[in-house]
Amino acid sequence: MTGHDVVFILIGLLTAGGALPTVTSKNLVHAALFLAVTLAGIAGVFLTLAADFLALVQLVVYVGAVAVLFLFGLMLTRAPIGREALDNQNRGLAIVVAGSLFVVLSGLIIQAVATGAFGQGPFEIGYIGIEAIGIAIFADWVLPFEVLSMLLLAALIGAIVLARREDGDSGEEAMTTRIALGDAPPSNALSGGKKTDDEAAQLGTGGAR
Amino acid sequence: MSPLGPLLLATFLFCVGIYGVIARRNAVLVLISVELMLNAVNINLVAFQNLLFPNDPAVTGMMFALFIIGVAAAEVGVGLAIVFNLFRNRATVNVDDVDLMRW
Repeated sequence: MTGHDVVFILIGLLTAGGALPTVTSKNLVHAALFLAVTLAGIAGVFLTLAADFLALVQLVVYVGAVAVLFLFGLMLTRAPIGREALDNQNRGLAIVVAGSLFVVLSGLIIQAVATGAFGQGPFEIGYIGIEAIGIAIFADWVLPFEVLSMLLLAALIGAIVLARREDGDSGEEAMTTRIALGDAPPSNALSGGKKTDDEAAQLGTGGAR
Repeated sequence: MSPLGPLLLATFLFCVGIYGVIARRNAVLVLISVELMLNAVNINLVAFQNLLFPNDPAVTGMMFALFIIGVAAAEVGVGLAIVFNLFRNRATVNVDDVDLMRW
């Protein structure tokens, strides 16, 4: 076992240790932060596999953008906190499905590696530089690359269309959903008869049908 | 370096993601679990590329990983927009409560 393997095992333990509380944490924000730890650990795994460009992309896109987007999503939907509120009744089923799948898959992988289905070792890590990746993108993969760019544009427009409020055009006053925190002043005292979405405010505990 | 370590780590992350998708009822946490599964697949692709096929001139494994990262970013954007719309219309993000199209 070389030092390279030791580094990989440490990073792998960090990644796995971040993944478990991501799906079991009772606090939403903690779950999103553990997700960021897991994604950064995966970037470290890419580095140990000598995929430095992919590690940087992982850091920029996932840790920089997606984790922050999830934090925004959790805070804007103000979901309740607690295992009973966050988990449904399927925990036993989930443990059985995930556990059995892990046992089967890891057994197959260990058997495949032991019998030499991936070729006999020692496995050398091949370094693929950024220039090779760039040439490959614009020589072999240019059509999927352009399709992906159109997909990103479509997703951008679709997200804007889905997320904007329909009665909130610029210049008009939109209905406001007040958060019932207990110390909030009555709506008429502060806003002077502003339109208030009281039904949604009462439903704001999130769990009421 | 044996491919055993990265493959087992990817398997673990994938199964943790499956657990999260089944057990969580908050839609944002379900999306987070889906992200875990996509990243597990990325680890697999990069491990196979760099350990088994390092001389592939088309760099297929890393290209697939890059495309998966891009598609996953688009998926998160649209998914969170749908969740916001759901929260605005139903005042809940529980996936159990959204059974309008259930048979």
